[in-house]
Formats: sequence, structure tokens, C-alpha cells
Amino acid sequence: MLDNYLSERWINIFIDSFWKILLPGLKLTVPLTAVSFSFALVIAVVTALIQFGNVRVLKQLARFYVWVIRGTPILVQLFVVFYGLPSLGIVLEPFPAAVIVFSINEGAYASETVRAALESVPKGQIEAGYCVGMSWMQIMWRIVLPQAMRIAFPPLSNSLIGLLKETSLAANITVAEMFMSTQRIVARTYEPLLLYLEVGLIYLMFCTILTALQHMGEKRLQTYGGRKMRQGDAGHR
Amino acid sequence: MLRVRGLRKSFGSLEVLKNIDLDVNKGDVVAILGPSGSGKTTFLRCLNFLETADAGSYTLDGKTYTLGRTSRKEIAEIRRKTAFVFQNFNLFSNMTALQNVTEGLITARKMKRYQAEEIGRMALDKVGMSERAGYYPHQLSGGQQQRVAIARALATNPEIIFFDEPTSALDPELTGEVLNVMRQLAGEGMTMLVVTHEIAFARHVSNRVIFMDEGVVLESGESRGFFEAPGEKRVREFLRALEKRDV
Ligand SMILES: Nc1ncnc2c1ncn2[C@@H]1O[C@H](COP(=O)(O)OP(=O)(O)OP(=O)(O)O)[C@@H](O)[C@H]1O
Ligand SMILES: [Mg+2]
Repeated sequence: MLDNYLSERWINIFIDSFWKILLPGLKLTVPLTAVSFSFALVIAVVTALIQFGNVRVLKQLARFYVWVIRGTPILVQLFVVFYGLPSLGIVLEPFPAAVIVFSINEGAYASETVRAALESVPKGQIEAGYCVGMSWMQIMWRIVLPQAMRIAFPPLSNSLIGLLKETSLAANITVAEMFMSTQRIVARTYEPLLLYLEVGLIYLMFCTILTALQHMGEKRLQTYGGRKMRQGDAGHR
Repeated sequence: MLRVRGLRKSFGSLEVLKNIDLDVNKGDVVAILGPSGSGKTTFLRCLNFLETADAGSYTLDGKTYTLGRTSRKEIAEIRRKTAFVFQNFNLFSNMTALQNVTEGLITARKMKRYQAEEIGRMALDKVGMSERAGYYPHQLSGGQQQRVAIARALATNPEIIFFDEPTSALDPELTGEVLNVMRQLAGEGMTMLVVTHEIAFARHVSNRVIFMDEGVVLESGESRGFFEAPGEKRVREFLRALEKRDV
């Protein structure tokens, strides 16, 4: 009897709360991830190009940015921006504050991925670009970046999946995303095990979709060069 | 047409090129020979500003530039009139053969796509690669890649093409197809400066030979006389060693 009652109650709570957790997921977690990651990619490419191209002064700035952001916890960064900046008169809504922090944070990590990928494109192709009259910017845009982004695609997909889960930290600055919504339901129903497992399951669903998208993307990117993109047996003999 | 005087280049404290002079007339095919490490590649790279020479004067097409103090604009101007073929091809791996050939025309020279493709197809046809226009570099053999690279050089309609050991990265059975294309270009009057270890090419295709050793031009002259009776002992030894290898 008791068993029966319990399992029925659990099923009801599970079904009841599923939508209540999924909805903030679709309305906040997914947009927060997508917007932050898009900005992060732009930041990463610019930061990586500055370093790759050895742009004076800016290069020092880029190194400094990566050093600071990678060397401090994202939770601290969230608190500085959301709770700290108001002391300077800069008051941000929770969602924009989260977008800013996640973009800047992810941008720093992704820039290292992109930089490594840029370095892996054979230098000779850059020289060949110069020889047919192209400028540095044209060579980057037309030759190096397309190859680098293909190399960086798997690790960047990895970062995207990581970011999706990391956005749960935004609960700390009152963004009512999936995790915070779950906490609220727990406070009402006193079923922490069931509900935290449930929100974990929903994160898993999102990540499964992203993984599937990654595989599809990798297939499409295989148009040129199934084998490694080095040519000849580079170097002098 | 190309005239270089007193070209010098050091890497740090290592003086790689010591006072090199060069004269290339229109239609000349000049072969540069010399032992490994003598500075042949560095010399060629200096002529196309992939490497910055320290000093010297450079005259191309009647216009003189001071090496070591060339502006970006001057470099761009020189590169419009020259082309470079690398030892290891350096085709753009994210582009098909045709795109490799047209990229410079479209992006750098702002040519219309259909126009560039017309020129590109002609260039590919010239090197016998028009059938593979849609192939990516990794789908081509080394010899085919090098022929596409030559087409890419031709497409920009250069006054002179620099070749740095164009067949050295190829399997022996593939060098012939590349050398044939170069022989054909020479026959059409293309001006070429070719670093090579192919003695047969230097002997039969080039009309002049330059022998470099330890950063200086040790000997130079008309190919015919050069191979018949090289003056320098070093040159004789080098040629003998190469001929032994070729047998
Ligand atoms: N970027 C560089 N930095 C330092 N030293 C260099 C550099 N490039 C070439 N050198 C040195 O310059 C000298 C000439 O090299 P280079 O490649 O021009 O010779 P090469 O005649 O082309 O030889 P090979 O027949 O082996 O291709 C060598 O001693 C080499 O080690
Ligand atoms: Mg060399």
C-alpha cells in the first residue's frame, strides 16, 4: 500500500515538474548558452588572431585577458559583475550580467583552442597566399580560419556542452534557469532526490541533442581532407 | 629584366647570403645549383620578400628598389609581377584545384569570378590538369599538386616565376610530369629562376646556370659551357657527385 502510494506520488511529481523545469530550460538555459557561446566565439577568434598575427600591444592585452579569466573562478566573476559592479553605479539585470560573464569566460578558453588550431595550419599556405598577392587579413579569412575552425570544431563542441551545464551557476545571481526552478520545486515538495535526478536527466537530454548535432557537423565538414591536412612531406630535404 | 646587386642576408649572426649579384633577361631560364645549406632557398625567398634581405638593390621591369628598406606597397607591386612555386606545393587545402588557381585573382586582384575562372581553366589546361579542376589537394598526387601550383603561378600572369626545388618532394616517377610542364613553359618563353638538383633539367632546359656555395655565387655562365668545363674545383666535384647519383 505504502509502496504503491509512494511510487504514484513520485510519478505525479515527476510529470508535474517536468514541464516546469523544461520551460525555464528552453526560455533561459538554452538562450543563455546560445547567446553567450556566439559572443564567446567572436571574442575567441579576435583574441586568437591578435596573438597569431603578433599585433603589438594588443597581443599583450590579449594574453592578460586570457590569464586573468582563466585564473579566476567563474563564480567569482559572476559575483563581481552582478553584486560588485553596482558599487560603481553599474547595475545589470541578471540575464545580461550572466551573458556578459559567460561570454567573456568562454571566450578566453575558446581563444586558446582557436589559437592552437590556427597554429596547426601549415605556414607554407600563408606564404603561398602572400605570393598570389593576398593581404594578411585576406589570407586569414579565406585560407587559415576555414581550416582552423574545422580543426577546432570538436573541441569547441566540447566547450559548448560544458557551457550548457555551467549556466546552472547563473542561479547564484538570480537567473531563474533550470536549476533554480528545480530548487524552488524541491522547497515545496521535499523530494530532493527525485527532482535533482530529474533536472540532471533534462540536462542530459540537451547535451545528447548537442552531441548529435556535433556528429552531424563533423560529417558535413569532411568535404575536404579526410586525412590530415598536411601536404607533401613538408620541410627541406 | 631582373637585376640584383649586392644582396646580403643574415639570420642573427649567421651570414647566409654574402653579396649576391644576379641578372635575368626576359625569356631566360636560369638554374641555381649548389650544395645543401648554401643559401639557395633563402636567396629565392628574398627575391619574393618571403624573407627580408638586409641590403642590396633590386631592379625589376626597369624599376629599382632598395632592399632592406622596401615599403609594403613596393613589395605588393613586386609580387604582382612575380610568382613562386614551392618545394612542397603549399596548395590551399580548403580549396579545389580551380579555386586554388582563381583565389588570388578574385580576392587580391578583385577580378570577376567568371573572368577568373576562365583564366583559371586555361592555366589548368596548360599544365594538363583541367580534368581535375574540382578536386581537393588531398585527392591529388604530389605531381598533380605541383602542376596545380604551377597553374596558380601562371594565372597571375607573372613576368618571372621562381621555383624552389619543384620536384624534390616528389617520388622519382612523378618528377617527369612536372619537369615536362616546366620545359614547355621554357619553350613558350616564360622567364624562370629555378633552384634544382635535376642536372638534366639544368643542362638541357636552362640557358644559364648559377652555382652557389656558402652564400656566394661561385661560378655562373651559359649552361653549355658550364657543364662542359666548369672552372671551379668545388663545382666539378659537386657535378660529379650528382651525376653518380643519377646513374
Ligand atoms: N629561418 C631561418 N633561421 C635561421 N637560419 C636559417 C633560416 N633559414 C635558413 N637558415 C640557414 O641558412 C642557411 C641556408 O639555408 P637555405 O635553406 O637557403 O639553403 P639551401 O641552399 O636552400 O639548402 P637545401 O639544398 O638543403 O635546400 C642554412 O645554414 C640554414 O640553416
Ligand atoms: Mg632549399
